[in-house]
Amino acid sequence: MNTPEPFLGATSHSPVRHHILSVLVENKAGVLARVAGLFARRGFNIYSLAVAPAETKARFSRITIVVDAESAPLEQIVEQLDKLVNVVAISDIAPKDALERELLLATIKTDVDNRTSLLDVVGNYGAAIVDVDAGSVTLMLAGTPAACDELERELENYTTVELHRTGRVALPRLGKAAAAAVPD
Amino acid sequence: MGGLFPYLTRRNIVQLTGAQALIKSLEMEGVEVVFGLPGGAILPVYDPLIDSSVRHVLVRHEQGAGHMAEGYALATGRPGVAMVTSGPGATNIVTPIGNAHMDSTPLVVITGQVSSAAIGTDAFQECDITGITMGITKHNFLVKSAHEIPRAVAAAFHIATTGRPGPVLVDVPKDVTQSMMEWWYPSSIEELDLPGYHPVVELDEDRVAQAVELIRAAERPVLYVGGGTLKSHAAAQLRAFAERTGMPVVTTLMARGAFPDSHPQHLGMPGMHGMYAAVTAIQKCDLLISLGARFDDRVTGKIPAFAPHAKVIHVDIDKAEFNKVRRADVSIRSNVAAVLSAWDEHQARPQDLDVWWKEIDAWRETYPLVYDEPVEGAPLRPQFVIESIARAAAPGTIVASGVGQHQMWASQFWKFEEPGTWVNSGGAGTMGFGVPAAIGAKAGRPESVVWCIDGDGCFQMTAQELVTARAEGIPIKVAILNNAYLGMVRQWQEMFYDERYSEVYLSPDLPDYVKWAEAMGCVGLRATNIEEMHAAIATANSINDVPVVIDFRTDSSEKVFPMVAAGASNDDIMVHPLQREPQ
Ligand SMILES: Cc1ncc(C[n+]2csc(CCOP(=O)(O)OP(=O)(O)O)c2C)c(N)n1
Ligand SMILES: [Mg+2]
Repeated sequence: MNTPEPFLGATSHSPVRHHILSVLVENKAGVLARVAGLFARRGFNIYSLAVAPAETKARFSRITIVVDAESAPLEQIVEQLDKLVNVVAISDIAPKDALERELLLATIKTDVDNRTSLLDVVGNYGAAIVDVDAGSVTLMLAGTPAACDELERELENYTTVELHRTGRVALPRLGKAAAAAVPD
Repeated sequence: MGGLFPYLTRRNIVQLTGAQALIKSLEMEGVEVVFGLPGGAILPVYDPLIDSSVRHVLVRHEQGAGHMAEGYALATGRPGVAMVTSGPGATNIVTPIGNAHMDSTPLVVITGQVSSAAIGTDAFQECDITGITMGITKHNFLVKSAHEIPRAVAAAFHIATTGRPGPVLVDVPKDVTQSMMEWWYPSSIEELDLPGYHPVVELDEDRVAQAVELIRAAERPVLYVGGGTLKSHAAAQLRAFAERTGMPVVTTLMARGAFPDSHPQHLGMPGMHGMYAAVTAIQKCDLLISLGARFDDRVTGKIPAFAPHAKVIHVDIDKAEFNKVRRADVSIRSNVAAVLSAWDEHQARPQDLDVWWKEIDAWRETYPLVYDEPVEGAPLRPQFVIESIARAAAPGTIVASGVGQHQMWASQFWKFEEPGTWVNSGGAGTMGFGVPAAIGAKAGRPESVVWCIDGDGCFQMTAQELVTARAEGIPIKVAILNNAYLGMVRQWQEMFYDERYSEVYLSPDLPDYVKWAEAMGCVGLRATNIEEMHAAIATANSINDVPVVIDFRTDSSEKVFPMVAAGASNDDIMVHPLQREPQ
């Protein structure tokens, strides 16, 4: 079994020993329920989950799951997932080999006093303003989970109307093993 | 024979209803019998069944259909098939599906579903059976169009019977079975469209060789034989390997019959109610070779204390079993037969086992299976009843059982000599399994005698299927070990709850089992003493046209030994009181 290495960049949204599973599944009704149900009944913890059609072929979807490798041995999680008939391929990306990205959207109350400082925050984090009205702005950050965490902490100095994060997606760094590829 | 539209091949320019296509698909899969009960949503499918070569056994409760299909599969090695309607019909078969899932029994269950347009509206007899059974099937399908029916059925049989077998459910909405399709049937695995299913694996020669090294070094090996050995039809290879290497063999509850009980190298069943020598040999072994077993807690007891000195070779077709409970030193994903053959080619042989066998033989001699002497005039000893039935039984007799004390005694005291003779609910422990499973076994192997060793509690859960047996001409024999109690629970309350008996008393004569049997068209007999016991067994053996039920009045206070308490170490095995040192 491959013992997952501790993730140095643990964030408030991921455990110390998390792993990223990139799971290619058939794009059929109920497949997400099968995957989620498996995690629930076997007591495996999911930290985040992102699902979207994979590449160009509509037959498949990719589920990126951040798992808590402390809730169960990674090997068990992978092998049990692999038994699901609709799961086509699984790649396990060790955090140190992963390029992880997440998207954060937040609507913040603004007034004349804080508008400038908020714009500074947006600038510092490389975030973007995507909507504005008289009393609020909606900003967006696409970045590492750690950057999203930091921005989230920074925003605690303001009044947040709503804040959403997507859960992360990941690809292996170039030169590392490829993520579960769509079969030909 | 002939069946439905006998002229059809795998592709014809012929329009069939989805229902006809479904029945034709079962014929294409070689199905000889379906156990089921109709209702609204499955009605269209029951019409073409009239013209089919497939036999239908009309059950009295859908749970019966599921267990019959399981019994059929366990006795024949072929997949069992059940068909029920939507809603309550479907939920009634959930228990057998769960049972088959635990025991890796190949099953195809067809459920009717409300029409596609009604799905999600809480329509009459709607239930989300694919959702309900997601966690207890190997896979399930909701069929969306009549054209897809052949693919779904073929895929269901393929998935149910390959790799690690298991139950597959096919849910078919009523409009799908009523609409038209142009007949076709998949002619290749590719056409099944299962891009994520790869049951066949190549044997990893390196791992085979690593295992051979461990075998060569072993001085105290044990072959730990599980249900996977039967599932992969490896009994002959097992025997050859065991005899060539001289290793001791234990067979789990799921593997009874995989190795002859009469064989001198057989130590019997391990686990909670296992033979002393089998349990202890595992505890003391230096190499444990698991062949299609899964280190169930009923075998291991307290896991950290299980086989503490052993290196482990784990052979399984399902790689998710590796390192799940016990870390393996070498794991080999394969069916059992292929690995045993490969080891034979390597001439894998352990060290001299003389010392090891001397120890084992001492355990066997000191702690054989025992029970109190049968006493004339006292209630029957259940173990003696089982031995007496076994002694009077033809070779190759199939034994089904319920769940409880009687099940453990049946496994202990019946001598199993060949595969497919033990039909049993292991992983789930489903009371009520015995009678319908025996009927399914008999339907699949009508030439064999089938006994059901049942408990009084279990019998009351599914006895109505004896009506099915009588109506369908499936003459099984049922031995009720009537101890007037939910005996296994009573045993735990006696031993671990200070004899505080809570809700375990059933009464010996409510119901009257003889009258009940007769009301169901069976022969009913009662045996209260040894003489009546022998007579009843002889009578039952002389009747081959209708089912027979014998109410054996057995001793309520009998307990199953040996026993390892739940969660205890297998080192702390409790032997029969007759074998205990005087305190
Ligand atoms: C469906 C179901 N309900 C409850 C149990 C728990 N249980 C296990 S054995 C047993 C007693 C079985 O009684 P009986 O059939 O009379 O067999 P005995 O132990 O007396 O031989 C019970 C209640 C079970 N295994 N299955
Ligand atoms: Mg009883």
